[in-house]
Amino acid sequence: MKIGVFVCHCGENIGRTVNCPEVSKACASFPGVVHSEDYKYMCSDPGQNLIKQAIREKHLDAVVVGSCSPHMHEKTFRKACASAGINSYMVEIANLREHCSWIHEDINQATKKAIDLMRFAVERVKFNQPLETIKVPVTKRSLVIGGGISGIQAALDIANAGFEVVLVEKEPSIGGHMSQLSETFPTLDCSQCILTPRMVEVYQHPKIKLLSYSEVEHVEGFIGNFKVTIRRKAKSVKEELCTGCGLCAEKCPIKKKALSEFDEGLSNRPAIYVPFPQAVPNVPVIDRSVCTYFKTGKCEMCKKVCGREAIDFTQQDTFVTEDVGSIIVATGYKLYSIDKKPEDSIYKGYGEYGYGKFKNVINGLQFERIASASGPTSGEMLRPSDKTVPKKIVFIQCVGSRDESKGFSYCSKICCMYTAKHAMLYKHKVHDGEAYVFYMDIRSGGKNYEEFVRRAIEEDHVNYIRGRVSRIYEEDGKLIVKGEDTIAGLPVVIEADLVVLATAMIAQQEAPKLAQTLNISYDKYGYFQEAHPKLRPVETNTGGVFLAGACHSPRDIPESVAMGSAAAAKSLVLFGADMLEREPIIAKVDATTCAGCFYCQKVCAYNAIEKKEIRDRLGNLQKVVAFVNSGLCQGCGTCNATCPSKSIELIGFKDDQIFAQINAFAEV
Amino acid sequence: MEEKFEPKIAAFVCNWCTYTGADLAGTSRLKQEANARLIRVPCTGRIDPVFIIKAFENGADGVLISGCHPGDCHYNAGNFHARRRWILFKNLLDFIGIDSSRLYFSWVSASEGKKWVDIVDGVIDAVRAKGPFKQYKKMNKEIEIPVAAEEGVSVK
Repeated sequence: MKIGVFVCHCGENIGRTVNCPEVSKACASFPGVVHSEDYKYMCSDPGQNLIKQAIREKHLDAVVVGSCSPHMHEKTFRKACASAGINSYMVEIANLREHCSWIHEDINQATKKAIDLMRFAVERVKFNQPLETIKVPVTKRSLVIGGGISGIQAALDIANAGFEVVLVEKEPSIGGHMSQLSETFPTLDCSQCILTPRMVEVYQHPKIKLLSYSEVEHVEGFIGNFKVTIRRKAKSVKEELCTGCGLCAEKCPIKKKALSEFDEGLSNRPAIYVPFPQAVPNVPVIDRSVCTYFKTGKCEMCKKVCGREAIDFTQQDTFVTEDVGSIIVATGYKLYSIDKKPEDSIYKGYGEYGYGKFKNVINGLQFERIASASGPTSGEMLRPSDKTVPKKIVFIQCVGSRDESKGFSYCSKICCMYTAKHAMLYKHKVHDGEAYVFYMDIRSGGKNYEEFVRRAIEEDHVNYIRGRVSRIYEEDGKLIVKGEDTIAGLPVVIEADLVVLATAMIAQQEAPKLAQTLNISYDKYGYFQEAHPKLRPVETNTGGVFLAGACHSPRDIPESVAMGSAAAAKSLVLFGADMLEREPIIAKVDATTCAGCFYCQKVCAYNAIEKKEIRDRLGNLQKVVAFVNSGLCQGCGTCNATCPSKSIELIGFKDDQIFAQINAFAEV
Repeated sequence: MEEKFEPKIAAFVCNWCTYTGADLAGTSRLKQEANARLIRVPCTGRIDPVFIIKAFENGADGVLISGCHPGDCHYNAGNFHARRRWILFKNLLDFIGIDSSRLYFSWVSASEGKKWVDIVDGVIDAVRAKGPFKQYKKMNKEIEIPVAAEEGVSVK
């Protein structure tokens, strides 16, 4: 075998601490090496040409490049070699930059180490085999998890491009948090007015299959070929029969026992309910935890009044399986909850603000419901305790955000904007009212955002106080808000009628579980992790799984929509090709020595090992051996290390390749 | 010869977490000692115990194995299998009389460049304090098995 060695200086990056000409000289004496040279920038065009030229002139069979990390330029050099006629898997990279020159100072030691690393690579490449990339077909369908604005956008984009979409939503209706909002910043246009047409479009789209009240249970497969099991929770209502007339909800005797999730607990809902009048699909579900029939076996009022006989108390959860090529995760956020019983909560902070204890201390989403025309007060600005108009209202920002001691260290990003919006909405409805905002900093980056905040201050005369609130207590029906104005350096006491806390946006509680189901990573807060913070913001480490919206980090509506479209575009890139190419680093069984113990099957995390019968010419069964499904195998090599007879090998990381490296260790 | 002993460390690292973590240490220019030689495998699950024995046989004074944190394996469960394998293997090493304290395990994620440097330097210091590992070589001599005679390598 003729091996060519190329040592890159990477400008000064390697050359400064590693004596590259000496490394190149040392490599020339390794057995098998017929060509060795060094160059300032191997990855540049002239550098690549040096490699190509040497391959052609000296008829090289394999190439070793000493350069930066293989994660950086392995592809570059493989491509260059392939264009000169060498199989791209006959190329090995020795990491002389990240693992040598950048971490050492002594030039002698670093040069010695560089020579060792080159020797490892040279010994290894002798056992490399020419490989071809594997081509797998792509299922041109997409799964979108979460029917908030981000998921809706992604689903519509993909469906409008002509591909099928399965949209899974865990609640009875799509719409997400956006459907709860009264108006949106910075234009103050009505949230429902812009959202509900989109929801209806989703429902009527021939390419979108909407599975509401459903959750993703299990995912197997890989990019282009996922098999997803979805749990369809029992609605106790036959969807195909229901016309959405609403008579069942009207007649349900339970009116007061359940708190409306849609109204954030500010109103009640019956046991059989649609979350809100514009719900999509407009099909009610029975909340079995409060329904009299499910508790006592009596009542059946809804069944009696339903003319379509759509009520089915015996309905069970069902499971459906969908084949998809890409998955878009758009599961959104929830609000940091600061309940009256902090010992029940994992978040122990802010008992001093009295949320849950005082009826008139509410969070941002609750204020949205009070301000909304479809809310419990029909849009009238009335406080929850006695339904009177609050004349003084206090907004507190950063409750749980930017607070390492009690909440989370990140900024929730949207609170500055929605607090300004809340204060404005309040002033537009209560002209003689006073609005106060306690803030830490005003963060209003975004198109027309800063102007919006200035409008709240200058046109609507909202009083912004820089400082934190230390305590809130009730006295004579008033909420006494004690805080500090840090600009004036004075304590502030405000007798408020209503207090609104801008609580932090946090990840969904089930996010880590979903991340494990999908095999994607999440950060310490439970937000899903992107593949690269700058260049791959909607991709995850698992191919074919993309992120959209606030499940990734706090996001406002325009950003969530943009991310939804971006994730859809990434899916469409995938659907643009009929076949996907993947690395041929997979396991392979030698059927002649395989004894059929199937230890490999037990350790395989991908169910990639199948049983294969070996028969003689007469059709008699000789033995059963393991067989690797090349579509499922991801190339971890656990089977290889487990096999007692060494009959299964990971191509590209075969035993002899690794042993060659280890044996080269003898000369270190 | 003994006056300035520099240990040789063979490190088997997984491609996705520790190798990338070591890359990060490089990009962050975190200085470390130059005694370790990394061998990249796709996953710690790929590491056959024989690799470790072979490394000792070829003159390693210490062997370091590092992969993704349990639960964060790029391949879902490879590191769990590896962990089980090592627990048994370490006992076996003790049983056959090889000093198992020269074998080190750690979990280093792709973002823990600093941790990787600390671990490598810590292992180098610890092995330096133990002195050179001669036992295996001596044992080899006793049973007279040629160590590096690999067949099947056709050079040129």
